[in-house]
Amino acid sequence: MKILLSKPGLDGHDVGVKVLAHAIKNAGFEVAYTGLRKSMEEIVEMAKKIEADVIGLSILSGTHLILCERMKEIMIENGLDIPWLAGGNIPHGDVDALLEFGATAAFPTGTTIEEVVDYLNKLDNK
Amino acid sequence: MTGKKVILESGIEVNPLYTKEDINESEAHENMPGEYPFTRGIHKEMYRKRPFTIRQYAGFASPEETNKRFKFLIANGQTGLNVAFDLPTQCGLDSDNPKALGEVGRVGMSVDTLDDFEIAFDGIDLDKITVSLTINGSAIVLMAMYFALAEKRGYDINTLRGTAQNDILKEFIGRGTWIFPVNTSVKLVVDTVEYCAQHVPKYSPVSICGYHIRESGANPIQEMAYAFSIAKAYTDDTLKRGIDIDEFASRLSFNFDIYGNFFEQIAKFRGGRRLWAKIIREDYHAKNDRSSWMRMIAGGGGGGLTKEQPENNIIRSAYYALISALSGTQTMALCSYDEAYTIPTEKAAELSLRTMQIMIHEMGICDTVDPLGGSYYVEALTDQFEKEIKEEMKTVDNMGGIVEAVATGKIQEKVSHQAYERETGIQSGDIPKVGVNIFQREEDPKPVEFHPYNSDAANYQIEKLKKIKANRNKSKVQSCLTKLKKDCEQNGNLVPTVIEAVKEYATVGEIIQVMKDVYGEYEEPIFF
Repeated sequence: MKILLSKPGLDGHDVGVKVLAHAIKNAGFEVAYTGLRKSMEEIVEMAKKIEADVIGLSILSGTHLILCERMKEIMIENGLDIPWLAGGNIPHGDVDALLEFGATAAFPTGTTIEEVVDYLNKLDNK
Repeated sequence: MTGKKVILESGIEVNPLYTKEDINESEAHENMPGEYPFTRGIHKEMYRKRPFTIRQYAGFASPEETNKRFKFLIANGQTGLNVAFDLPTQCGLDSDNPKALGEVGRVGMSVDTLDDFEIAFDGIDLDKITVSLTINGSAIVLMAMYFALAEKRGYDINTLRGTAQNDILKEFIGRGTWIFPVNTSVKLVVDTVEYCAQHVPKYSPVSICGYHIRESGANPIQEMAYAFSIAKAYTDDTLKRGIDIDEFASRLSFNFDIYGNFFEQIAKFRGGRRLWAKIIREDYHAKNDRSSWMRMIAGGGGGGLTKEQPENNIIRSAYYALISALSGTQTMALCSYDEAYTIPTEKAAELSLRTMQIMIHEMGICDTVDPLGGSYYVEALTDQFEKEIKEEMKTVDNMGGIVEAVATGKIQEKVSHQAYERETGIQSGDIPKVGVNIFQREEDPKPVEFHPYNSDAANYQIEKLKKIKANRNKSKVQSCLTKLKKDCEQNGNLVPTVIEAVKEYATVGEIIQVMKDVYGEYEEPIFF
């Protein structure tokens, strides 16, 4: 399974996403990372180009609702139908809203690396 | 030997006991505060004469709110403030740029044109308040705005004070508000250093940040070594412009991180201060003592704080503050205990302030200079830190220098690997963290809050920008931008033309775009 990790918006906090990239790679997945400050369009385009199976969005600046609301539209516009996940500094109370926007899963503040890896393993075995 | 081996995060092994044998050869015996190489502090009397400055970081969404806050602070006797900018401003994008969606005014003040500065500083005497601009990628524009504002209002910029963070090299390692390719980015910093040395000599144009490098995964030795290597890179290029070392070195300052082992941090600062003094005097032949001072702001680092049992962070912060004071800091800022997961509550921000005040007024921490001076352990560790930081700087040189090591991503690769090691160490319990992997308890999820996004305020900012664009002298703006393009192509110092352009209300986005057209943008090497 190939996972594209991404940093949408202008948020520069990338320690977490890089740590996760490392961990997912060590767990045996193929990982790509977009780098900082990508638009949703750029992220979806890259996912198509590298034929990613899953997209992960890392957002810590508080813009997760605004950004993820657009994710679904852009996925449809681009004819891409793969699971996408949101993580970063996400309040527990916003998880449902993110799922409604079409996220396959949302990992709120405090999620451990292990929990994400377990989730990806389950997704892989489906 | 008793007990198991103790190895510090920096890789230095700690003995169970230190005696005078450990510092027989040490230069600690000769070191005095206020005397070269300043191991014991840059001033003779240190806090006995005046305690360190307390300066907390704060962001206000709009120029209008910032202005209100300034006036409130001045009325309450304060003389300085850190200004935080929103991410579009930091990345050189105007408020109406599609990429700014959801970000206008979110993490700080939104600035599009000089008009925003005129609002923010309306009715404020720039001679009485020192303004610190936390700006990097677009710093040349925001600094130019500050100078333009001062000139328009009739101040002599020759006596203007203030500081800008303006340390772009660390943005490539951590924090991420880079815009231009690495070499161009350094050129822009050096433009501001050169301009300040010639025209705004009391202004501090760069604060070199080990802080964000450490937060990105560097160990304490690397934090200092990379910061010094960065400071040297700016220094070398400034010297190439024919500016004398004593004309600018005293205006360089540092911003460092504190978390982790207590004595390790103190030795890091003492050893680092000694080494920096030697670099400036011995390698750069500075004659003025002030040039070789490692002036610093240091307080609690976010990296040490936890969202688990957040009240524990109050205790951690008190230790960080003590470390900072025992290390001879000039300025202190502490993180708030709830900062690991939310915007600090007023209560939390007040506790940080009180932590520092209790230390100053109740603990006698300011009574005597460098109270740890002469401690066998601290002095031995200080010596080791000086040596190790120097070694690490050589490693950077062997990578082709810091500019090259950052451009190729070698440093980023190294620190992000260490961040991974540290995180897995914490999650596995190898690195003990109270409340996280030892002495845990069941806790409810934390109430996470963000700066509420005010779309009305964002729209107001965009409307204001529209009006400015409609009312300014378009041909003058255009000719400034054309001149700027020419300056970029001819590789001249851009500051004078940027000042002219902002005076005509050219926007941050327009100015940065001209520069992007000539210089291109940074392409991030992907490492994890």
